[in-house]
Formats: sequence, structure tokens, C-alpha cells
Amino acid sequence: MKALIYAEHRDGKLKKITFENIGVVKSLKIPFEVVAIGSQIENLESELGKYGAAKVHFYQSDTLLNYSPDGYAKVLAQAVREQNVDVVLLGATATGKDLAPRLSALLNAAMATDCTKIEKEGDDLKITRPMYAGKVIATIRLTSEVKIVTVRPNVYQAVESAENCSVDTVQAEAVDFKTVVKEMISGAKGKLDVTEADIIVSGGRGMKGPENWNLIEDLAEQFSAATGASRAAVDAGWRPHDEQVGQTGKTVSPGLYVAVGISGAIQHLAGMSSSKYIVAINKDPEAPIFKVADYGIVADLFEVVPRMIEELKARN
Amino acid sequence: MKIAVCIKQVPDTETRIKLADDKKSVNEDQINFILNPYDELAVEEALKLKEQNDAEVTIISLGPDRIISAIRSALAMGADRAIHIKVEKIPDDPGVVAAALAEVIREESPDLVLLGKQAIDDDHAQIPSMLGQILDMPAVTVIVKLEIDGQNVKAEREVDGGHEIVECQLSAIIGAQRGLNEPRYASLKGIMKARKITIEEKTLTLKDSALEILEYNYPPEKSPGKIIGDSADAVPELIKLLNEEAGVI
Repeated sequence: MKALIYAEHRDGKLKKITFENIGVVKSLKIPFEVVAIGSQIENLESELGKYGAAKVHFYQSDTLLNYSPDGYAKVLAQAVREQNVDVVLLGATATGKDLAPRLSALLNAAMATDCTKIEKEGDDLKITRPMYAGKVIATIRLTSEVKIVTVRPNVYQAVESAENCSVDTVQAEAVDFKTVVKEMISGAKGKLDVTEADIIVSGGRGMKGPENWNLIEDLAEQFSAATGASRAAVDAGWRPHDEQVGQTGKTVSPGLYVAVGISGAIQHLAGMSSSKYIVAINKDPEAPIFKVADYGIVADLFEVVPRMIEELKARN
Repeated sequence: MKIAVCIKQVPDTETRIKLADDKKSVNEDQINFILNPYDELAVEEALKLKEQNDAEVTIISLGPDRIISAIRSALAMGADRAIHIKVEKIPDDPGVVAAALAEVIREESPDLVLLGKQAIDDDHAQIPSMLGQILDMPAVTVIVKLEIDGQNVKAEREVDGGHEIVECQLSAIIGAQRGLNEPRYASLKGIMKARKITIEEKTLTLKDSALEILEYNYPPEKSPGKIIGDSADAVPELIKLLNEEAGVI
């Protein structure tokens, strides 16, 4: 067995999931190759070396400046052949989830999405992945020759272990793109996504309206957290859809999830109850969110949250 | 313009999932099945395009006979035709489903294929991109805004921490995300009309599955934690616990 770690990057910087995936294969003692695709990536070898990669195969072409699913899938398939690997690990990120199924269809290789645990059993992988947004946990096996796995960010730890990493630059096969990214929407850049955050502060119907969301934002700032929202808050138009946590939103498992004014509908709990620590602030002691919370405060959030902000400010 | 919309029938979001005795499938007895919410967005988008252009909207769905209710829901919203790919059980391997859908789409040769970015049951989110690869078409997934002008497609795609504008040409595959539109409710007239539409049936030879279910389990149950207090005065204690006990701050 030999694995390929896809080094995902955005705006010239490697994504943390790349290092987490190196951690996965190293913990399983699976030999691996790291592959990056693009036209230019800053600090590629120094960053990868820091997390234990001795070499990175950089499939380079000027035409690969921007991500395109069909183009990148073709080059990644080239890398799978040339590096002679039978497992491909990507992040279950926006890019990974877009690219991996393309590669899967291209190589006729089965794929598992958003995996939370990978175990090696002889020449096989036992893969754990949540379904129904976390209401069911499946363990599965892929039986195709090449296996493709996207791993949920933030589940595995990136482990620092210094290596001298060298770059093997490979000329990427010529590709023509069927899709072109024209622009990133301004203002959205740099915003921490809930799926990548270590701490999430989420608001629900108890927030009473979008005008009170500064409380969520201020609290998130003190925690260096991303902001999330319940479906009720999104459906009411208070928050954008990309913040929604739950079954028709995002499934998250951060180190800390702070639920503010969220009652805890089944579909919401499914999306966040695998968080390592959960704090619930709600004035209804019967709210289902308290059933999954590690720490609860049964009180008016409009009194509790400002106090939290104040206390955290004093600490920071 | 020909538009195909691929849909799946799934348990609704409030369903408490019960596992079957073999722990390799879900007990379907008590489930309220609905049209996958993301596919519902795809149907709505197709109908909006139909209102702007002259379009025929065809629903394609794979599954056992129970899925007919989801197909009827899509027809009641205003779709014109439906194709039911009959199988006894929906395959566990999305690659098998994508191959079957691709076969029908190829026969239909639509200008546009719309579908949800993922189904809320297995959460694989693989089909849209797979269809793109199999059918050699551009596939743009997780779309919150779509504009079609002649052959030109301009789509706004949700990515981690932002949005990006992607352009491509028809024929194309679009994976719908929440935010794209607000799906309409079926009118009584629509429901009546949908009843009269004959759902075309198809049987296909499916390719072999390469995804084997070993076991389904419930998530580990979280034991309820402590209620620290009933007023803002509990905050210092909370911060202390987060720092000392949880070690998260």
C-alpha cells in the first residue's frame, strides 16, 4: 500500500488539512508521496518539511494557476499513475469534495467522503464516516484497486516533525479547462469557515434578530472563532447559508462549540454533537441542546454573552 | 432547452434514524421520506429557467418504488416528464448510481443537468462531479447563484470561507446549494396535473459496487454535562472550566 497526499493550497498557501493527512498516513505507517498541483506555491517545501514530508512532487504548469476540477483531476490522475499509489487522500474541503469525485470517475476508483477515522487492516482500509449528518456512523471498505478518501478537516492532528523536504518538479500534462474561476467575491476572503475552525460560536432563534449578531461576532472574536448559525436563524434570513450548522448545512467537529440561543433540533445536533466540548447558553432548561452540552448556563443569553466577552477580554 | 433534474428520495431531517438488525442498513418502517432538500432547489431552479426560456424539465431518479412519491413531488412543482430507474435498493456506492444516471442522461442529451450538491442521507456529495467526468461536461458544484445566457453559464459557488464566480459553457452540470432559491410549494393544480403524467420506467444493468458497508452504528452518546449556573454569574466558572478542565482556551 502506498498513499498519495494531495497538497491543497489556496492563494498560494497550503491548507492545514494537507498536514493533517500526512499525520493520518504516518500514524498508520503507510508509505506516502505528497503531490501538489499548480503554477507557483510559496514555501512549499519548508511548510511540508515541517510536518514530516521528505519530498513533494510538484506537478507544475502555468495553466494550472487557478483550480479547475477537470484540469486538476486529469493532472492528479497522472500523478496517481506516475507515483504508483493505490490510496489517495484529500481534504473534505470545498476543493477536495469537488476534485475527488472527478478523480474517482476518471480512475474508476471507489471513493469515501468526509471520513473521520481510517484504520489499516492488512492490505485494506477500514474507513469510518458519518452519514445522515452524524445520526449514523458507517464503517466501510473500498474494494477498487485505487481508493480515494477525503478526510474531514480538524479530526486528525497535524504533527510537526522536521524533515528536509525537496521538490521534484514534474511537467504537468496539458489540460484545457471546461470551467474557469473568474473571481473570488470580495469581503468573503479571509473569513474563517466553520468546517475549518477550532472554535465555533453559533447563534439560534434565541438571538431574536440579526441586529443582535454583534454579540456572536464579538464573542467569536474573543475566542478567535468562526461564527455559525442554526437553521432557524438562516431560514429567518438573519444569517447567510454558509454559516448554517446541521443536516442541511455543515457538519462540524471543532474543539469547542458554543451554542447561543440554540434549542437543539435533531438536525442541528446531528451536525455538531461530535464537537469535543460543547457549551450551551439558553434560558430554557428543557432545551435538548443541554443533553449534549458539556457545560451549560441556563440564563438569558443577553446577560451571559456580554459577560463572557468582558471576561475573555480581561484574559486576552 | 432541455433540462434534466436528478433527484433522490431521503428521510426528512427530523427523522430519528433506526438501524436494521443486520446493522448494514437503515430500518425504513417509521421513516417519513421526502424529496432531498438540495434536489428540491435543483427542481426549483429548472422551473425558473423554464419560465424564462422554453424548456422541457425531465426528472430522473433511481430507486425502489417508494421513490415515486418524491418523483410526484417534483412533477407537482411543475416538471414535465419523469424517468424512474427501477432498482430494488439504492446502491451504497455512489459510483454505481452516477454511472446509471449518466447512461440515462446520455440518452436524453439535455443542455443542462441540475441536481443537489449532495443527498442528506449518505452525504457522499459525489454524484455531480462524477457525472461531469463520465459525461465529459463541466460540473460546477455547491452553487448559490446561476445565470444562463445563451450557451454561457455563470455560477456563484460556495467555497471554504467565501464565494467564487465560475464560468462555463452548456451542456453543463450544476450542483445546487442552499441559497440558490426558495423552492415553491406545489399548487393543487400542479398536484392534479402530476397525477396524470406517466412516469417512464427504465431498468439498467448496474455496474458492480466497490463500496462495502461493514457496519452501521449510532454515534457515541454524549453524557450530559453540568449545568454551571442559572445567571451570568456563572461565566467566570465557565471560563475557568474551559481553560483548566477542557483546555480549549
